[in-house]
Amino acid sequence: MKKEITFNLNNEETTVEVDPKWTLLYLLREVLNLTGTKEGCGYGECGACTVIIDGKAVNSCIFPVLEAEGKNIITIEGLAKDGQMHPLQKAFIEKGAVQCGFCTPGMIMSAKALLDEKKNPTDEDIKEAIEGNLCRCTGYVMIIDAIKSVAAGR
Amino acid sequence: MDNLKVVGKKIPKIDAPLKATGAALYIQDVKIPGMLHGKILYSQYPHARIIKLDTSKAEKLPGVRAVVTAKDMPPNFRIGIMKDNPPLKSGKVLSIRDEIAAVAATTPEIAEEALSLIEVEYEELPGIFDPLEAMKEGAMLIHEEAKSNILKMPWRLICGDVEKAKQESAYIVEDTFSTQWVTHCCLGTSGCVAHFDMHNNLTMYSNTQIPSLAQNDFVEALNAFGLKNRRVRIIQAVIGGGFGSKLDTYAYEYIAILLALKTRKPVKIIFTREEEFFATSPRQCTITKISHGCDKDGRLTFRDVEMVLDNGAYTSWGATTPSVMMLPISSLYKVPNVRYIAKCVYTNNTYCQAMRGYGNPQATFAIESSLDQLAEKAGIDPLELRRINANEPGEITPQRFKITSCGMKECIEEVYKRLNWKEKRGKDNGRGVGMASLIHVGGGARVYKSDGCGTIIKMDDFGKVDVFTGASDIGQGSDTVIAQIVAEVIGIPIEDVNVINNDTDICPWDVGVHASRTTFVAGNAALGAARKIREQILEAAGKILDEDPADLDIKDGMVFSTKNKEKSTPLGKALRKIHYTLGGKMLMAEYFYDPANENFDKEFKGNLSVSYAYGAHGVEVEVDRETGKVKILNYVAAHDVGKAINPLLLEGQIYGGGLQGIGYALGEKMVYQNGRLMNGNFLDYKIPTAKDVPPIQPVIVETDEKDGPFGAKGIGEPGLVPTAPAIANAIYDAIGVRIKDLPITPEKILAALKAKDK
Repeated sequence: MKKEITFNLNNEETTVEVDPKWTLLYLLREVLNLTGTKEGCGYGECGACTVIIDGKAVNSCIFPVLEAEGKNIITIEGLAKDGQMHPLQKAFIEKGAVQCGFCTPGMIMSAKALLDEKKNPTDEDIKEAIEGNLCRCTGYVMIIDAIKSVAAGR
Repeated sequence: MDNLKVVGKKIPKIDAPLKATGAALYIQDVKIPGMLHGKILYSQYPHARIIKLDTSKAEKLPGVRAVVTAKDMPPNFRIGIMKDNPPLKSGKVLSIRDEIAAVAATTPEIAEEALSLIEVEYEELPGIFDPLEAMKEGAMLIHEEAKSNILKMPWRLICGDVEKAKQESAYIVEDTFSTQWVTHCCLGTSGCVAHFDMHNNLTMYSNTQIPSLAQNDFVEALNAFGLKNRRVRIIQAVIGGGFGSKLDTYAYEYIAILLALKTRKPVKIIFTREEEFFATSPRQCTITKISHGCDKDGRLTFRDVEMVLDNGAYTSWGATTPSVMMLPISSLYKVPNVRYIAKCVYTNNTYCQAMRGYGNPQATFAIESSLDQLAEKAGIDPLELRRINANEPGEITPQRFKITSCGMKECIEEVYKRLNWKEKRGKDNGRGVGMASLIHVGGGARVYKSDGCGTIIKMDDFGKVDVFTGASDIGQGSDTVIAQIVAEVIGIPIEDVNVINNDTDICPWDVGVHASRTTFVAGNAALGAARKIREQILEAAGKILDEDPADLDIKDGMVFSTKNKEKSTPLGKALRKIHYTLGGKMLMAEYFYDPANENFDKEFKGNLSVSYAYGAHGVEVEVDRETGKVKILNYVAAHDVGKAINPLLLEGQIYGGGLQGIGYALGEKMVYQNGRLMNGNFLDYKIPTAKDVPPIQPVIVETDEKDGPFGAKGIGEPGLVPTAPAIANAIYDAIGVRIKDLPITPEKILAALKAKDK
């Protein structure tokens, strides 16, 4: 039985019919065609599917779709404003934090949730915030640098 | 060299904006109208006879469009380098990842449900899971038609006289080292979409690292299906990690082709993470017996290595990794007498493949651990022993490698200095330092008859450039390096260069993104094509400006006379003049670069690569004697890269390789019990996270390789080659115990400490 839910997605009120069995990730990728959010494992261990729900970084692959009702959800597609990339996106590009890029959207969302919450995060805060986002290419060093540079530049 | 504008600069990866905004399309994101979803049924046992296979219930499930088994595959069609692997198995299954049947359905969920309706009855057979058991006389044969479980690949390298050298050595050590299965853990899982047109030409959306070779494999497959002379087009989606995992073609791809052919629809197969763990091919595990000798002054006299590799049930490129292990075994440091004998053995375990370093990390772990043992026996500081024996430019090694540029000594000195070696070594206080070096191919590797790469350059009407290269980008940044080289040579900003690298219909041939060869080989191909197009531009602009082309130059997209600065024209304007005129032309250039390296001869000798990459890693560790935990306090990774075309991307390779190496050294292990993977998920198979990043210093040593593009050599793999032995050696310095089998876990350290105290 499908059910209608309404939530705010990337700053737009969105009403959509969903199957209660779906995950939020399924809705985003397969129904709404927001494929920037990635599935790396499907069980909440790699962070590639991270989106921000009411200010918190969440693994959308294990988030039941019905719980999206009334929430404020931001995906990687919602970061750029007026054709301008978010400072985190720019920093990831400029600091060399992107290689294969599969982890990048989720990594950026975790970083955004951190920076929205903490003005001056320590190295440990940053590592903690992205600990659940696995990256196999970069060794994380440039990712951490990128996040630090945005925090420092505000 | 000093006037370089684009090469040598920290330029961000050109596809990073696509990736950082979520716009990059990976294989998971490819959708084609009418597309079906394929799923594969794997064996429930690592070794069994299939008694019954009934797909009738699955076929009846609504939404199912095809169910296939071995009988739908062409008889005798086999894949793998020994042609020992039928993409769908019948009769006997030989490993837990054996594919038995597959389904195409309208949704992945229906396909999955259909798999559960396929009825299979097995007669379980005893398996062989230990290569040493499998090698024994009279052992059960994994492949009944083969006479032995030992592959007919007699890896044997003999240089000089090892036995004589043993007699003459002042010091000799001998020990056995072993390494584990580890897996690539690409964040983007494997997958493909197979799609036939009405003429039975195949388009394969893929994330392969070998588009040209995969094209060849699939043409062969179509021939086997009775589809002769068909075209195969490989279109690569953005690749979510490679590390060697995509250097072969796999059963799932042939299954997708079969399903697409049966249904006449595009069929997509995407691996789940679980499949990615158990059904892709890891780095092979090794058992290595190694002996080293030196004279009284510490000069190496011989290296003697015997190795057994668990090949698993089928044969992929993993079985050929001894060819690359020979490289450090014969040529890491100056060692006049070398013997290396390796056997790859069939078992009922998973079969292995290429993974970053291609055998080099396993061999270097044994070599560099053993060298520390030798240094101790000879009473020489281990770093000093390496200085004494370090490779040098101009050397011809016992395997006939011609060493051109070589910064090994400089790399060792960087480690010495940056680790504060003299102060920190031998303190016996729970902290210690250790090091290890590396040699790897840095100027291509002639594995196939061609080691080439083609490049086509086309100028448009506006001064911008399209570069069509055979070289794939797997995240390492070849797109950017190629763009930099082209921009530099022509004299235009990098923003004006567009690199197209993902379609066999339009890109020239390339042997594949392997062997750390892309910057060198594809870079040289781009360099050649760019020089040709620059000549054409200057020739044509000479006519427009009425100047001798030899007196013209291009900077920032302006063509100008070096003698008369007044005379200049924007490049785009010149191109339009050349184009829009009677008998006009579009400027295009092509170049195919195949390095002057050699295939090995029958004795496995020959100059495999035009140049060789060197490096040295040094580590300071602190070991907790109570918990066995190892903390890395300082990590120095010095690499001789010839010339750094892009230091930003280069450092990314060193950081990334280094952390992968740390995972290999200290934690990662695929736990197989009787042929079954026990930890096939990210919870139980832990790859390093952001919290595991130690203080790591990449050090770039430039040596200017004469044959490299702008002096560059390869760097893709070296970053993880010496990591494990450097850490093992540092642990020994810290607490006096040597762990000889990877990974170095706290349990092993505690057990070794306990054994030592007895």
